[in-house]
Amino acid sequence: MEESKSRTFWEYLTYISENKSPLDFVLVWDHIDRFLWGALLTLEITILALLLGGVLSVPMAIARAYKHRWLNFPIWCFTYFFRGTPLLVQTYLIYYGLAQFESVRESFLWDPVLSSAWWCALIVFTLNTAGYTTEFLRGSIETTPAGEIEAARACGMSPMTMLRRVVLPSAFRRALPAYSNEVIFMLHGSVVLSTITLQDLLGAGRWLNGRYYLAYEGFITAMLFYMVLVFIISRGFSLWEKHWLVHLRQRESETGAVAARAG
Amino acid sequence: MSIKKLLFAFIVITLASASLQAAKLRVGVEGAYPPFSWKEPDGTLKGFDIDIAYEVCKRLNRECVLIEQEWDGMIPALLAKKFDTIIASMSITAERKKKIDFTIKYYNTPAGVVAKENAGFARSNEGLKGKRIGVQRATTHQCSAEKLFPDAELVLYATQEEVFQDLAVGRLDAQISDSLQAVEGFLKQDMGKGFAFLGDMIDDKECQGIGAGFAVRKNNAILRDSLSTAIKAIRADGTYKKINDKYFEIDIYGG
Repeated sequence: MEESKSRTFWEYLTYISENKSPLDFVLVWDHIDRFLWGALLTLEITILALLLGGVLSVPMAIARAYKHRWLNFPIWCFTYFFRGTPLLVQTYLIYYGLAQFESVRESFLWDPVLSSAWWCALIVFTLNTAGYTTEFLRGSIETTPAGEIEAARACGMSPMTMLRRVVLPSAFRRALPAYSNEVIFMLHGSVVLSTITLQDLLGAGRWLNGRYYLAYEGFITAMLFYMVLVFIISRGFSLWEKHWLVHLRQRESETGAVAARAG
Repeated sequence: MSIKKLLFAFIVITLASASLQAAKLRVGVEGAYPPFSWKEPDGTLKGFDIDIAYEVCKRLNRECVLIEQEWDGMIPALLAKKFDTIIASMSITAERKKKIDFTIKYYNTPAGVVAKENAGFARSNEGLKGKRIGVQRATTHQCSAEKLFPDAELVLYATQEEVFQDLAVGRLDAQISDSLQAVEGFLKQDMGKGFAFLGDMIDDKECQGIGAGFAVRKNNAILRDSLSTAIKAIRADGTYKKINDKYFEIDIYGG
């Protein structure tokens, strides 16, 4: 009895979804696994690129901030290229462009790496985020308060120790708000994946639209997924900022602080 | 001039241009599907579909406005009234008929699988298991691939040209497309050297439909029937053959 009742309810829901609702939500629900796999791919490449790009950007930012004689200019060129051209064009250039050269197709890099859309995307995304991160990390290093550096010198720290124990931790902290933007931009930029055949979140949406000749169901579903991801990311960052930047926050009550000191 | 007069002039002009608009036929075309439609470097559209579209407009005594549209948004754009009809090698299938209406067919060529010559695998679900098969998204070939070769890895592209590019450089093991389009757009080209059809043409009426027609919105029987009449007339008086022979060695009207 219960069984047949629930089935009619589902049939009713399907009917509403197909005929009355502006958005065929039952159809979306039937293919929700594609969106979950898509979200996984989106996150996988975005996170890997951010990690690798982050690691790359630290030495580059240091070289730029301290104006290293030989490295400063090449790194400036690198960041200028990746910040000055659209991510989509960079991706096309590596995926479709490089493949046109016979020598590339015969090189050792072709088979495991450049022939695969996944690797092409990871390389481009990594370099792209490294470009952006380098520049704002450089800015952050350059604006280290003079007092912190003086204090470190007064303690007799060598330049390396000072970099490791004072300048970088301080710069990372102050760069954190800018970095949360970079993470979100990377997530949004990752829609480029679907243009080189990868089934990311947008790819799943386009598959659904293509399969059933729909105009927007796939896009709206993908959009909702992106919104949830961005919400989680920005929540995470605001907690992290609270934790890391606690020393930069305004004291809630000056008297409380005085009392604590007196106590 | 007073505001009223200005307003009046504005309304007259708007109405006049609206009535002119009615005489135009807005045609959705693709422009990335040689030899049926492609774009010259200067931006003009060329190809079999384009010639047919202009000829049809001539027969209907309406001015042709060609509107380019990416393939996977073609049907949604028609439904959103961005254009009145689609002339873009769209196969008449049951699945599409749920959303839109079609004229009679204007050509019918089978679909085929293309792979390296002596590819070393058979054109079956077992043979293509785990192989990367490229198709253009939202085509009858996507439908056939999902149905006939469910164990293959399906790779979806926005345009057919990208499918051919990736097949040529070795990112794909095979691709499915219209056979004629595969011959003209790929196998006869430099990049198609060393490739051939894998097995016979695909026999899958359910996915592939009964040939390509012009698409119109539902409840637009007048336009649909006048377009169908135009197709018959073009076919009957030899114009079809003239256009056909410009691009193809065989008659693509089919059975």
